[in-house]
Amino acid sequence: MHISWDVFTPWSSLFGGCLIGLACALLLLINGKIAGISGILSNVFFTRPQEHLWGGLFLVGLIGAPLIYSVFGDLPQSVMQTSSIGLVIAGLLVGVGTRIGGGCTSGHGVIGLSRLSMRSLVATITFMFGGFVTVYLMQHVFVQVLS
Amino acid sequence: MKSLFALISGVIFGLGLIVSGMANPQKVIGFLDVFGDWDPSLALVMVGAIGVGIVVFTYAGKRAKTFLGDDLQITKQTVIDKKLVFGSLIFGVGWGVAGFCPGPGLVSLGMGYFEGFIFVIAMIAGMLIFQLIQKERR
Repeated sequence: MHISWDVFTPWSSLFGGCLIGLACALLLLINGKIAGISGILSNVFFTRPQEHLWGGLFLVGLIGAPLIYSVFGDLPQSVMQTSSIGLVIAGLLVGVGTRIGGGCTSGHGVIGLSRLSMRSLVATITFMFGGFVTVYLMQHVFVQVLS
Repeated sequence: MKSLFALISGVIFGLGLIVSGMANPQKVIGFLDVFGDWDPSLALVMVGAIGVGIVVFTYAGKRAKTFLGDDLQITKQTVIDKKLVFGSLIFGVGWGVAGFCPGPGLVSLGMGYFEGFIFVIAMIAGMLIFQLIQKERR
């Protein structure tokens, strides 16, 4: 393992994480809801009409966050890591997988672990493992095979 | 009124994703690339979010009600089965392919990246496929 300290951003990542925790706190203590993003998205589009208003507004806030950010400063640049086909495959896998597994990084990874849920711990370890293996294969195995 | 707070919560969540680096697929892939040049930054996102989260959920568990007196709607699911593991594994693979999980995908859409748009549409299509398979099974 080699750690690339030159791109390590401990404070902004820690602060951003605290903001995410704060957002979950607000939604829980005011609305009584869990900020699991894959669940909210699925409910808004496919099920539970009674969840549409608050869920829809949460998603509007999420999508609108970059606009708010840009009022205070320049948005950081994102660097994409895959082609359009890769994005379609990734989106399909994430959509199906989070529904079968009942949550994503927010619902299982942040909220589930905060609640000390064993179910969410298993989910988080599993999707982290899936991510590690996939990136290993894509960055170190297939690249060498293809080149 | 309550719905307004859902909107604010969404904004704060999105700001957190941008500030932390989670919204940038390069940071995510750097974090998942433990066998290459590993960027451990995003582990600290979990530390920050869960640190705040543990305090909040412990407090909320004691209150058992929201500030407005409503019931907390927290899942009581504890089952650990093949579905949980299989679904999470598929999600993890998808996460590793593009470096997007659901929240950052939506934020990237809001940042105006066409890639974010493609990812979100495909993700919703994936959820639709799940819904159709569910219906078929019933």
